[in-house]
Amino acid sequence: MNETLNLVIGLSMGLNLVAVGSSRLPMLIRAMSLQGVVLGVIPLLLENAQFDWRVVGVALATMVVKGVVIPSLLRRAMRAANIDREIEPFIGFVPSLLLGAGGTIAAVALALNLPLLPEHAKTLLVPGSLASMLTGFILLIGRSKAISQVCGYLILENGIYLFGMLLIQSTPLLVESGILLDVTVGVFVIGIIVDRIQRAFDSLDTRKLTALRE
Amino acid sequence: MIIIANLILRLAFWLLLAPLLPGVINKVKAWVAGRRGPPVLQLYYDLAKLWRKGVVMSELASPGFIIGPAVAWVALLSSALLMPLGPAGSVLSFRGDVLLLIYLLALARFSIAWAAMETGSAFEGMGTAREVSYAVLGETAIITAVLALIVHSGSVSLITMLSPAAGAGVALLAAGLFIVLLAENCRVPFDDPNTHLELTMVHEVMILDHSGPPLAVILHGASIKLLLFTLLLVQVVLPVGEMSPFIATGVLAAGVLVVTVGVGLVESLLARLAFRRVPLLLTAAFLLCLFALLVVWKGRGQ
Repeated sequence: MNETLNLVIGLSMGLNLVAVGSSRLPMLIRAMSLQGVVLGVIPLLLENAQFDWRVVGVALATMVVKGVVIPSLLRRAMRAANIDREIEPFIGFVPSLLLGAGGTIAAVALALNLPLLPEHAKTLLVPGSLASMLTGFILLIGRSKAISQVCGYLILENGIYLFGMLLIQSTPLLVESGILLDVTVGVFVIGIIVDRIQRAFDSLDTRKLTALRE
Repeated sequence: MIIIANLILRLAFWLLLAPLLPGVINKVKAWVAGRRGPPVLQLYYDLAKLWRKGVVMSELASPGFIIGPAVAWVALLSSALLMPLGPAGSVLSFRGDVLLLIYLLALARFSIAWAAMETGSAFEGMGTAREVSYAVLGETAIITAVLALIVHSGSVSLITMLSPAAGAGVALLAAGLFIVLLAENCRVPFDDPNTHLELTMVHEVMILDHSGPPLAVILHGASIKLLLFTLLLVQVVLPVGEMSPFIATGVLAAGVLVVTVGVGLVESLLARLAFRRVPLLLTAAFLLCLFALLVVWKGRGQ
């Protein structure tokens, strides 16, 4: 069971790097949503989780929202804004790929030194979650288009979700569904904002949003 | 006596079989495109034709114009002799021969680059600059891959490095090495062997001024290099060294065929990358090898 779990989390770490290295927005959105689906499977793989309707519910809701709803909202915003690639990011693709890889390695090294419970120490749950958070931060800081930054935020959320898997037994279903709802509404609102930015500035470059005008 | 017979057999294997691979790749490409394509043995005909032709030498070129290809060919052939062939092992095996292999490949590249710049043509300088700058990244990846194999097997000689079954992380290592294979042999996402538009060529532009026997030697060397990388990839993935000789021959042949057909399919289905995107793909290859190294390292510690 641990082997499968580690494989799945390793896959999500790989998807982090795909997201950080791709300049095309559809690719970025695909990597982000695939990561959401992959992470949605994890509650079913956890060793100590009983197979009850609650866990299955969390898994299904996560997969549907992160794999279908959010990507389709983002794709609609992307089409409305008429852009499909990140042209000049603040941090170039090769440096951000290297940063992402360095962050992943650092996350693994850090998790080795954390005082974790013995049943968590053997899995990649904690390093995988830290790596996703770092990747999310790199995308948030390093990209200039609003949609890429949203994807960074969603990858960051994936990392936090993965961390929450440590406590799945004691978190009420309400919390999980509340987080999912928040994220969906957030992306929905961002979709509208992206459209407004595009109309007001003729560009989605967030650099143009830093100065105030009369 | 046995050693000499062994050596001759191996030389015959590398010299005679290597030009088959580009033919297979071209056949696959033609098949995917729905054409009949050149015969599989086309490179043999080309080499025979080139060997009979004369050499056109620029007045500016020093003897390095001829010496470069010759040195490159000898370096590639000697690195091929270091490469073990399944249970048959290699002619010459010693501690650290893998380093010699890497350096011989670098020497071959240097000599070709040297010969390319001899005529003073601006295009060849441009192609050389591109080839060498890709090589910097490709070599980082291959050295990392070798490091992963060394940590996995605990040995620095090729024959013991390649014989144990590659453990966890073999998929990462295979993907990384496949990308390096494409880059080192100037195949499609990095360079198009069919293009003859000066501005987009990489390897082809380096050999533009060579003709006759030196060109034949360069082409033959390139095919040896392709076979070398293919065999390396197959032996990294499969524990060929531990099989019985009969099965190992079949497995090696099948593996080489699969990799070659794979190269042909990649070449048919992908367009070449823009130049500024190439470092990204090579960095990805380096990272794949790096993560394979980490997986091996972590697996060994437990």
